[in-house]
Amino acid sequence: MADTATTLPPAHRAPRFDVRTILTRYGAWIALVLLILVNLAITPNFATWQTLNVNLTQVCAIVIVGVGMTLVIATGGIDLSVGALMAIAGALAPLIFLGKLFPLPHPAIGIALAFILPVLAAAALGWFNGWLVTRLRIQPIIATLVLFIAGRGIAQVFTNGNLQVFNLPSFQFIGLGRVFGIPFQAILMIFIVATAAWMLRRTVFGRQILAIGGNEKAARLSGIPVASVKKRVYLISGFLSGIAGLIVIARNSAADANLVGLGMELDAIAAVAVGGTLLTGGRATIIGTLVGALIIQLVRYTLLANGVPDAAALVAKAAIIVLAVWLQRQSYR
Amino acid sequence: MAPLLTMHGIDKRFAGIPALRSADLVVERGEVHALIGQNGAGKSTIIKILTGYYRKDAGEILFDGRPVEFSSPQEAQRAGISTIYQEINLVPYRSVTENICLGREKRRFGLLNWSAMHAEARALLARFKIDIDVRRPLMAYPTAIQQMVAIARAIGFEAKLVIMDEPTSSLDEREVEVLFNVIRQLRQADVSVIFVSHKLDELYAVCDRVTIMRDGRTVQVAPMNQLSRIDLVTSMLGRELSQVLHEGHDTTDTASETPGSVLEVRNLAIGRKVSDVSFDVRPGEIVGLAGLLGAGRTESVRAVFGVDKPNAGTVSFGGRENAIVAPSDAIRAGMGFCSEDRKLEGIIPDMSVRENLTLALMPQLARRGIVDEARSRAIVDRFIKRLGIRCTGPEQRIRELSGGNQQKVLLARWLCMNPKLLILDEPTRGIDVGAKAEILSLIRELAGQGLGVLMISSELEEVVEAASRIFVLRDGRTVAELHGDEVNEQSVMSAMAHGHESDREVAHG
Repeated sequence: MADTATTLPPAHRAPRFDVRTILTRYGAWIALVLLILVNLAITPNFATWQTLNVNLTQVCAIVIVGVGMTLVIATGGIDLSVGALMAIAGALAPLIFLGKLFPLPHPAIGIALAFILPVLAAAALGWFNGWLVTRLRIQPIIATLVLFIAGRGIAQVFTNGNLQVFNLPSFQFIGLGRVFGIPFQAILMIFIVATAAWMLRRTVFGRQILAIGGNEKAARLSGIPVASVKKRVYLISGFLSGIAGLIVIARNSAADANLVGLGMELDAIAAVAVGGTLLTGGRATIIGTLVGALIIQLVRYTLLANGVPDAAALVAKAAIIVLAVWLQRQSYR
Repeated sequence: MAPLLTMHGIDKRFAGIPALRSADLVVERGEVHALIGQNGAGKSTIIKILTGYYRKDAGEILFDGRPVEFSSPQEAQRAGISTIYQEINLVPYRSVTENICLGREKRRFGLLNWSAMHAEARALLARFKIDIDVRRPLMAYPTAIQQMVAIARAIGFEAKLVIMDEPTSSLDEREVEVLFNVIRQLRQADVSVIFVSHKLDELYAVCDRVTIMRDGRTVQVAPMNQLSRIDLVTSMLGRELSQVLHEGHDTTDTASETPGSVLEVRNLAIGRKVSDVSFDVRPGEIVGLAGLLGAGRTESVRAVFGVDKPNAGTVSFGGRENAIVAPSDAIRAGMGFCSEDRKLEGIIPDMSVRENLTLALMPQLARRGIVDEARSRAIVDRFIKRLGIRCTGPEQRIRELSGGNQQKVLLARWLCMNPKLLILDEPTRGIDVGAKAEILSLIRELAGQGLGVLMISSELEEVVEAASRIFVLRDGRTVAELHGDEVNEQSVMSAMAHGHESDREVAHG
């Protein structure tokens, strides 16, 4: 990875290992380029704006959630609640701008609050995950399982299990709007990826995240506030899940607490793994997660565009994950 | 008869840096063979190549008359090579029996034959004169027992060659003697042993021949009884001994006249292990904490640094009492702490030398949360040069460094903070003689510049040589304060054994 945040030694390895080293470090990029080349050759109308837009909009939510997931995994944790938090944010927003939760003095205020409150709620629940992990010392996979199970239930209670349909272009800009012909959500995604990548490499917070994932005891003895860093990381993951939830409902013009973000936790983890982030923590790459998500999306698109059913696409996705994680292991020999 | 093991012309490079250059190792049948060298000399690498952990770049290996190239430690084990690593590689939650029999379980009618396995585990441990409940989980026993279990496990594989990588580092004297008896038994049974250790006494006590390595080469092979200690050390270091030992033993007592303590600990009690510990450190002096394993030394300094909470007592640092409740408080107040276990609590293996070195300094290197990379590089370069850290560059991963160099990086992690007090828990454990001397003389130099140093070491010789005052702990209590002429091995040992009630009054007075 060009962007692996733990700095690697300079690349003067023994020449014998070159092929393997290149495969491990740039495997995801090579796969992405290969996929694009294959598609240019076999998929009709691949090199069009429309194809690009379709793929970008499909991948946005996964990437945004994946960024938060990358940070959580970098500390040695995992966040299973992201899909449920998307559902909660997605259920809250229409309740607010449709005025079902409280009377609105002005529609514009309703829309503003519909952006802010659901995202804050998701962030607060993310912080709660972090609290469970640090204060009660529950293993992350169990701690976030709590909201994975309860979160979607909460969302359904809000809406009485009803589908909320709406048509509100000013709110739906986040999912449907375009700036200079580029989907707004793609711009948002790129902004989030760039910020997070920069943060992981250049800031104290980023270094602390990687130090905790690399050796938590050593990090603590070096004065790093482990609990507070972890809580912030889970908070960020919740915050980004909230944004992704809003994008999804805006795109669909409907919020279904049953379906928003369903299976997202697994897609996000898959993107992180394929991208080259170490699942045990301590080594992470945000750009890698972006590439990983793009690969998974492109494989699905390639198969669908060429008439292969969705079920087969799932198998292909699994195969990619196995390959990616196997490649990662190779660097440990 | 042909030797059991012949390794010839072994080459190995890591990231282009040669770790072994045409190294040789020959082990006869039924001999105990010492393998020694400084850290980074290539001992671990050659062992890991033999056991299939690494692949060699060139050279040949003959084992038991056949050319071999193992591709995994399991394969080596099946061929009859068992290894006991420095860090114990066992499963703490499983029973002693399971650990001993793991990988070669006895079966009957497709089920595990527990009674046979328990019997075998008991029989193997009986050879070490150890009688424990083999059904209890391994972690219920102290480290020394765990080490014996590791050895029993290795022997249980009916090995032709047993490799012991610093097997005695966590054993006390009596246990070492038991281990030596086992080694002698192995020799009688025509099993060969490769014995890696930094302790010269042990080598002369138990080994037949020695292979000395330096900078990835085999520099000398000789029968143990034909090689004097001086020659051995000289050959290992590649320089004159006088340069190494006692590089200016001039810790005069002037320091102790400086008034005012930087750290003062009174009547500290923590959990069950520490009941009444008192000591103090003045600026510019090296204070030793001596005591046997389990005397409460590590527990005491961890509480001082804010890692663990004390139940009672006062810790005054820089004039403020009990103000430290977390390591970050201690660091802000000007304390540094090199913990006992470098791998588990010190280094962040996947991070670079630079990132490891600046870990504690990072908040100060940053403006508005953004790390100033240029300044960080300048500081790291300075300390690499100053401490003579051997690495390919600041961006090399720390786990690729030898133990001694990792320790220097950890020292630098604190030194770059300009601390008032540095706590060192076993700073030279698992480090070769050369690096040890370097680190000790560095500590002395720093104390000369006004740094207070609190040092724990299990090697009496080292504490006595470095410290100007020594507090002796026994069973969680300070039993003696030694200074001046009392700082010698005899008085420390007698205090460890009996305690000096009169001296204790001094400590409190």
